Amino acid sequence: MAIKFRGVDFLEFDALISDEERLVRDTTRKFIEDNLIPIIEECNRAGRFPRELVKPMADLGFFGASLKGYGCAGMSNVEYGLMTQELERGDSGVRSFVSVQSALVMYPIYAFGSEQQKQQWLPAMQKGEKLGCFGLTEPDFGSNPSGMRTRARRAGKEYVLNGEKMWITSGSIADVAVIWAKNEEEDDKIRGFLVETNRPGFRAEDIHGKWSLRASVTSSLSLQDVHIPESNLLPDSDGLKSPLMCLNQARYGIAWGVVGAAMACYDCALQYSLFRKQFRDQPIASHQLVQEKLAWMITEITKAQLLVLQVGRLKDKEKAGHQHISMAKRNNVWMALECARLSRDILGANGVADEYPIFRHMANLESVKTYEGTHDIHTLIIGQSVTGIDAI
Amino acid sequence: MKILVCMKQVPQKDAPLKLNESSAWIREDVSYEVNEPDAYALEEALRQKEKHSGEVVVITAGPARSRQVLREALAKGADRAIHLEDPGFVGLDAVNTARAFAAAIKDEKFDLIFTGLQSDDYGYAQTGVILAELLGWPHATIIMQIEKSDSGIRVKRELEAGYFQFVDMPLPAVLTIQSGINKLRYATLIGIKQAKNKPQRKVPLAEVQPALGSNMQKIERLYIPQKTKNTEFLEGSPGEVAKKLAEKLRNEVRVL
Repeated sequence: MAIKFRGVDFLEFDALISDEERLVRDTTRKFIEDNLIPIIEECNRAGRFPRELVKPMADLGFFGASLKGYGCAGMSNVEYGLMTQELERGDSGVRSFVSVQSALVMYPIYAFGSEQQKQQWLPAMQKGEKLGCFGLTEPDFGSNPSGMRTRARRAGKEYVLNGEKMWITSGSIADVAVIWAKNEEEDDKIRGFLVETNRPGFRAEDIHGKWSLRASVTSSLSLQDVHIPESNLLPDSDGLKSPLMCLNQARYGIAWGVVGAAMACYDCALQYSLFRKQFRDQPIASHQLVQEKLAWMITEITKAQLLVLQVGRLKDKEKAGHQHISMAKRNNVWMALECARLSRDILGANGVADEYPIFRHMANLESVKTYEGTHDIHTLIIGQSVTGIDAI
Repeated sequence: MKILVCMKQVPQKDAPLKLNESSAWIREDVSYEVNEPDAYALEEALRQKEKHSGEVVVITAGPARSRQVLREALAKGADRAIHLEDPGFVGLDAVNTARAFAAAIKDEKFDLIFTGLQSDDYGYAQTGVILAELLGWPHATIIMQIEKSDSGIRVKRELEAGYFQFVDMPLPAVLTIQSGINKLRYATLIGIKQAKNKPQRKVPLAEVQPALGSNMQKIERLYIPQKTKNTEFLEGSPGEVAKKLAEKLRNEVRVL
């Protein structure tokens, strides 16, 4: 039995957002309902990225939505967040694709790139004609990116890149990769480089056998003596803080996105509990233990909405610190994963079937809990922020 | 072509409805959306404008919350909006709504006025037709297609049982648009941003009040349909029971 998403608003959250913000959310919700929901379970089963949605998503302005100029929509941070919420209500993998294109590729070009690089890439990426990926994580360096082994060596008017990158969303479908590497001529300072993926020596291999984010592409990248012109260096990238700035953008989007995944699970479980009858011909929603789960979920979803809305409002005033974003990412992903597990519980055996979206969200959220700063790393970022002592 | 599209904000189709205290209408605390047939009317107007150039103006009557439909229309590409803004517009019948619209646009010159075929809440399907009468313009209903012709327009109307009718009409004219005439577009994020800067004119109730009269239609009472259960045992031989059952399914339950 198909259950249609009805939206979740327990505490008049809508009264806190403007008409315009609501229109962004409702438009994205409708787009996802019409275009992604009908195909997502098939994509997830087949491990297929729904590439056919790239152009329609670009037409609506989903890529680089919070950037100004270059054909981008210039959304506020709250509007951008509401958009990712609805994307992830559909699927975390599809939201990941949009996050990578926007926050991890277009954003660094926008923030650290030359005008020529911006002109070359941003309008084409906004239109979805060019796709990007972000190469920071390596096989041996995830939470500790400063240990990276990828290096850039100068050779005349070129740089030569060597290294391996791992767990790279959109790696094999990207036209351009933002590769973070230690630059030998600057005493191993980390810099960002734009690497066109058709350059000799660049290889992307998909990672198969994922039980999570199956509707998005995840690859490993290998760079063996890849020559790029010196003009491909992102001129304003400046050490590890540059990729961390990108991650802050993406983490912020995740903190909103997972609220969408939680809403999808909760709303499905709520509706299911009202029609599923078990004892004495009564719906299971009449049982105290089921109500406890529903009450926990709606409370946590509501708190998560308020948390990320406040972070968004701060971000719109340029007052959001990375510790605020860490709190929102850490809390909201955790709560979403717990909601998915509780919802699965309420659906019983039906919860493991892909007739319902819950198990897919649950499996997706396991990745989301780990990527873009693990739950534990964010704990330590918050701890550092309140104590002043770095425990990493 | 200058086209006016009359739009209405209605309760969301799957919203759980609760009756208000007087049981004459529903409580306000539901989610609202654009009346679906009006969305098709807007889409058709935007397509006509893309083909023949011109201007698309949207109009609605209702309290502050109904600004939502205008904002969405502007985000999809309408050029400007007129909002008859007052809670008092909610209870108007079709005649008074049409009178209010006619009064609000008296200084404008439109070639075409579109409405959705009917509203999803009241379902009168009257406002467009009455508006045409008040303006002294020709009208056609249940429109499936609009082509420009030398003398005006040629429209395709949906009749019953799969029949269609083609009508040649002069301009200006009023058309009520059937859902499904086209494929709806989404508002784009850039469109949503641009909507903010498009002209919106507010018309207070007082401005159109002189044109209004007392309602000719009134809702006396709304009620939730009562669920009843009736069990009847059919007796006789299997053949007789089957015959009686078929008769009941055909004539009483009307599913055969």
